[in-house]
Amino acid sequence: MSKFLHACRILICGVFVLLAQAALAQDDTAPDPQPGQLGPLQTVLQQDAALIAKASRTTIGPIIDAIVASELPSVPHFLSAWQNKDVWQRAEDGLFFVATKADGKTYRLLDLDTGTEVGTAAKDELDQLKPNSGVRGLIATALVQFQLSDPNRDTRVEALVAIERRPGPDLLTPLRASIPAEPDAELKARKTRIERLLTMAYDADPAARIDAIEAMSTDLGVDVRAALNPLVATQRQVAQTLPEDINLARELTPGSEDLSRDAAYVMLVDAGLAPPHQSAAELKSQLSQHIDAGRVGGVPVAQLSNPEARVTAYAALAAAGVVPQLVTEADVDAALASHVFFESYAEKDPAVTAAANAALATIATRVGVNQALDLGLDAISLASIYFLAAIGLAITFGLMGVINMAHGEFIMMGAYTGYVVQQVIPNHTVSILVAIPLAFAVTFAAGVAMERLVIRHLYHRPLETLLATFGISIALQQLAKNIFGTQARPLTSPGWLDGALVMNDVLAISYIRIAIFVLALIFLGLFLFLMKRTRLGLETRAVTQNPRMAASMGINPGRVNMLTFGLGSGIAGIAGVAIGLYAKVTSELGADYIVQSFMTVVVGGVGNIWGALLGATMIGSLQKGIEWLNPSNTLAAQTYMIIFIIIFIQFRPRGIIALKGRAAGD
Amino acid sequence: MSQMNTLLEVSGVSVSFDGFKAINNLSFQIGPAELRAVIGPNGAGKTTFMDIVTGKTRPDEGRVLFGEKSVSLLAMSEAKIAQAGVGRKFQKPTVFEEQSVHENLMMALKAPRVWWSVLTFRPEAPDMARVQELADQVGLRDQLDRIAGELSHGQKQWLEIGMLLAQEPRLLLVDEPAAGMTPEEREHTTDLLVEAAKTRAVVVVEHDMEFVRRLNCKVTVLHEGSVLAEGGLDHVTANPDVIDVYLGR
Amino acid sequence: MRKSFIGQNPSILIFLLCLAAFTLAVSLLAEGFGIGVLSTSFIKTLGKTLCLCLVAIAMDLIWGYCGILSLGHFAFFGLGGYMIGMWLMYARTEIIVQNALAQGDIPPTAQEVIDGIGSQIFGVVGSSDFPVIWVFADSLVLQLLLVLVVPGVLALVFGWLAFRSRVAGVYLSILTQAMTLALALYLFQNDSGLRGNNGLSGLQNLPGVTAPQSVVSMWFFWASALALGAGYLVSAWVISGKFGSVIRGIRDNEARVRFLGYPVETFKLMLFTLTAMIAAIAGALYYPQAGIINPAEIAPIASIYLAVWVAIGGRGRLYGAVLGAAFVSLVSTWFTGGQAPDINLGFYTVQWVDWWQVILGISFVLVTLFAPKGIGGLFDLLKRESRS
Repeated sequence: MSKFLHACRILICGVFVLLAQAALAQDDTAPDPQPGQLGPLQTVLQQDAALIAKASRTTIGPIIDAIVASELPSVPHFLSAWQNKDVWQRAEDGLFFVATKADGKTYRLLDLDTGTEVGTAAKDELDQLKPNSGVRGLIATALVQFQLSDPNRDTRVEALVAIERRPGPDLLTPLRASIPAEPDAELKARKTRIERLLTMAYDADPAARIDAIEAMSTDLGVDVRAALNPLVATQRQVAQTLPEDINLARELTPGSEDLSRDAAYVMLVDAGLAPPHQSAAELKSQLSQHIDAGRVGGVPVAQLSNPEARVTAYAALAAAGVVPQLVTEADVDAALASHVFFESYAEKDPAVTAAANAALATIATRVGVNQALDLGLDAISLASIYFLAAIGLAITFGLMGVINMAHGEFIMMGAYTGYVVQQVIPNHTVSILVAIPLAFAVTFAAGVAMERLVIRHLYHRPLETLLATFGISIALQQLAKNIFGTQARPLTSPGWLDGALVMNDVLAISYIRIAIFVLALIFLGLFLFLMKRTRLGLETRAVTQNPRMAASMGINPGRVNMLTFGLGSGIAGIAGVAIGLYAKVTSELGADYIVQSFMTVVVGGVGNIWGALLGATMIGSLQKGIEWLNPSNTLAAQTYMIIFIIIFIQFRPRGIIALKGRAAGD
Repeated sequence: MSQMNTLLEVSGVSVSFDGFKAINNLSFQIGPAELRAVIGPNGAGKTTFMDIVTGKTRPDEGRVLFGEKSVSLLAMSEAKIAQAGVGRKFQKPTVFEEQSVHENLMMALKAPRVWWSVLTFRPEAPDMARVQELADQVGLRDQLDRIAGELSHGQKQWLEIGMLLAQEPRLLLVDEPAAGMTPEEREHTTDLLVEAAKTRAVVVVEHDMEFVRRLNCKVTVLHEGSVLAEGGLDHVTANPDVIDVYLGR
Repeated sequence: MRKSFIGQNPSILIFLLCLAAFTLAVSLLAEGFGIGVLSTSFIKTLGKTLCLCLVAIAMDLIWGYCGILSLGHFAFFGLGGYMIGMWLMYARTEIIVQNALAQGDIPPTAQEVIDGIGSQIFGVVGSSDFPVIWVFADSLVLQLLLVLVVPGVLALVFGWLAFRSRVAGVYLSILTQAMTLALALYLFQNDSGLRGNNGLSGLQNLPGVTAPQSVVSMWFFWASALALGAGYLVSAWVISGKFGSVIRGIRDNEARVRFLGYPVETFKLMLFTLTAMIAAIAGALYYPQAGIINPAEIAPIASIYLAVWVAIGGRGRLYGAVLGAAFVSLVSTWFTGGQAPDINLGFYTVQWVDWWQVILGISFVLVTLFAPKGIGGLFDLLKRESRS
């Protein structure tokens, strides 16, 4: 953000330098005015010298118009100097000059028309013109029309930016005037677009406005909606009878969903149409101010814990004239009934508001469609992440039936490997390319070690495997905490993955998500290749289906189990690098994904990679869908998703893709 | 009238696993006090047949009716079917190895199966006597306090049969009871089954022809999921189809 | 003549005697009523440990006896804490608000008191309205009932769904873990009605009781001891008879039990619910001693630790669960509480706070691999020694 601002600043400075040069360039052609004789601009200015010297927003408009109307070449330079508080008035003769500081207390005076130095003056002989921000705004607006046709492209861009930032009715004419002569096609399109937007809001002819509105009603740009919304802005009002001369949006009924009874009465009170309704707290404070010998309005203080007694006491006080009359509920109802509540458009022309509403509705539909697309893409990227996290599990849990609660910690190890590699290799592209195989190697080794030392002894005791691997999980988590500390470590993606693929103002996909999606696809392909086309895949399938038969065929089940488990763990490591790019690397990184990963595999159907893919897709889109329904609360989204999964398992206990018959076992 | 003589009626039952027809239009009947041997080569569908009757597997089509009122077993859970009077002995001896013989038998003893009755159940003298009697019957009298896991293979088989008898089922399905037994143990097992069949229906699935001969009962031969032949052992062994299936190919 | 279930199993009597002796000894040594050797905070630690032993017994029933590795029992424990916490917090805040409002000139209305309590309790999550679930919070009796009802109903519904679809083994474990995670995430929300991640606090103060904490802590200690004793007795009774046989049968061979005619799902469901309620009672006693409960307490990891305690103590025996919970949680407190001395290796200082988790994790792997019977297995060895 600050970078952007800085760039703007540089740009603006540049513009003024250019403006100044343009003014100087004109000096050569303009004839030198005679000394003692006022230049044409100076003449114009002197006509309203007093108002210029003490410029105010309310009076300066016509003067600026007059200055611009003089069509003198030096006008832009003067206006920008004025805007920058570089114009000074000489006290002795009231002439205006552009002054620059010479040294200490003296200033060099430059003639407004020629730009040549006409002398110096001490600071106390000069009065600086200090236009306030309102005046500066008007000056800027006046400047824009010069900038719009400026030969320098950057100046024109700057002018357009200025219009976009402060659109106004008076900019429409100069903007239109500048379009035909615009040489740059891109800028011309942009100018035309802004012209349409300005026409929508400010054109004098309603038909032209409606045309513009209709023409833009298929545009998804944020600027279009920003231009349309003020047209349909409404104001809540209350009156005795519905006024005739307004552009009515709708009438409101007090007590309805749009206008609560209390809010309606507050409107009445604010409009001075009804006395304020005493709140319970006000009632109480009034009562406590009028305690008299243990009684308020004749009611003993001790009884005032009863709300009805309070009302009685207050009524007594009111009857005595000490406090205002109590506004009862009946009073409120009567007041509400005798007034109309309505919303009216600030825009007076009903045809324009109708067209704007129609255009907004059309845009909303299109935005909705695009948002749905965006949501779908979001869901796909989340699904890719879940798939990446779960694919290793699909091997170790799905194929081998080993519950590895430390799977999440393997993901974490992969992510930390990436982090460590980045500390050694500063180039992000190279470091990621190194980190991926290294993460695989590290977690493959960890997986093999774990399989040999622990899991091997616990085959056929799945619950014990769960607990033992859980022990490893907490040990690894704590180790990571001891080594890397508790704060999140960054894993920075290469520069070319920054940014996003922007479709329109609604739809954008960050490159990193595309990369993760591609990575997920690669892994799917890799997995399929390994399982269906390689010796290891064949042996793995053989061992998982019938270890004894496989052993008798000369396959070493121990070795195959070890390698398969290592493979699943290694993939978890690579997933860790990918997830680390997307999320912060902490010791709890894996724990955040483990339940979802297991859910993915269970929901999809154990023992089937397509199941894991479907499971990830389902869980990812489900989570995004719920988040969309309740955007404020991602925690609730996860809660509901888990509840949904629990219910889902009721109907498909074996997951989406279920192995049937005897092969499924019991 | 045929209802009177039929305890279990299986008719037109088929079931397939992933396209493989394990049971194909099978029909089978057994009376209330009858001993029946079911034989057949591997994959003939013997175990699947028992799975269907006990509710473990749901058939794709067909009927399974049980008892005088001919209630359908297909809509019932395994537990309900067992409560209705169908007992099953698995191929491998499945007793609760961590518990004593006494506890095994007591658990199987016919009594209400709902959880609160089970929770408040405390054995009375008649229950103890019944357990004793069952232990006598299966020859485990001296083993009552032993942990079932410590028993020999044959003893476990007997314990399981004892548990089945304790359930007092009206239909007993026994899967290869003699597998892995010594000759003396087989003899004892035969006696148990023949004795049991005097008061209830007993279906014995068996590979071993010698054992089947000793049972001396009607034999049903299964092949490729349906009944190939039925009758006395000598009758079916003379059947050319049966000879073909067992010896041919 | 049949012996009663206690007679059949003398370990119950031994346990109860040990518990009684322990309680008496602690009472005599405590600040509250005894000679003051044990500090109030240590009494609280002991009282909390007794509660953890109780929830460990529940875990042992469901896992050790019935073979269902539930990773959700600490959620029931926490829910019990929340239920009693609601009353404690409400009643105490009510007194504070009453006192504050009594300072004014005019006595407060009932609505003002309730609004005052509401903004006191829920101000921290930016609300002042009472959520629906607090409707019974002003009644101790109803809230005590909810301690049993809420976790019980949750267990019943969840268990019914899970067991009905025959989810078993590790799948069930993962599913219970998911349930726990869902509950924890739900409670973390600010609009859950239970103060989001702030949780409920100030629970150590009994409303209307002016006795010092040294005395109150003893009351809770005794209540915890009593609950543990009663829980042990009930659990022992449940597993002593045929019901115990059936659930152990379910653990070892579910299909066989089914073919014996027992509705396995119902048995599991009943045991699951019963143990959930025992866990809830333990939680309801634990959190007033801890003083604060928040959703982090319910996180899945807590339930896994519960399994760790039971495994280390020895599954399938009630005293094993008690031993495991007491041993591991006390050692854990000692190591993570900063009391354990650091070890300076010269090049590296081992700080137990950092390394305890690693040791726990590894020792857990070792126990699973080499001592599946846990500490309780030692007693078997002793018995065998004495027999031979």
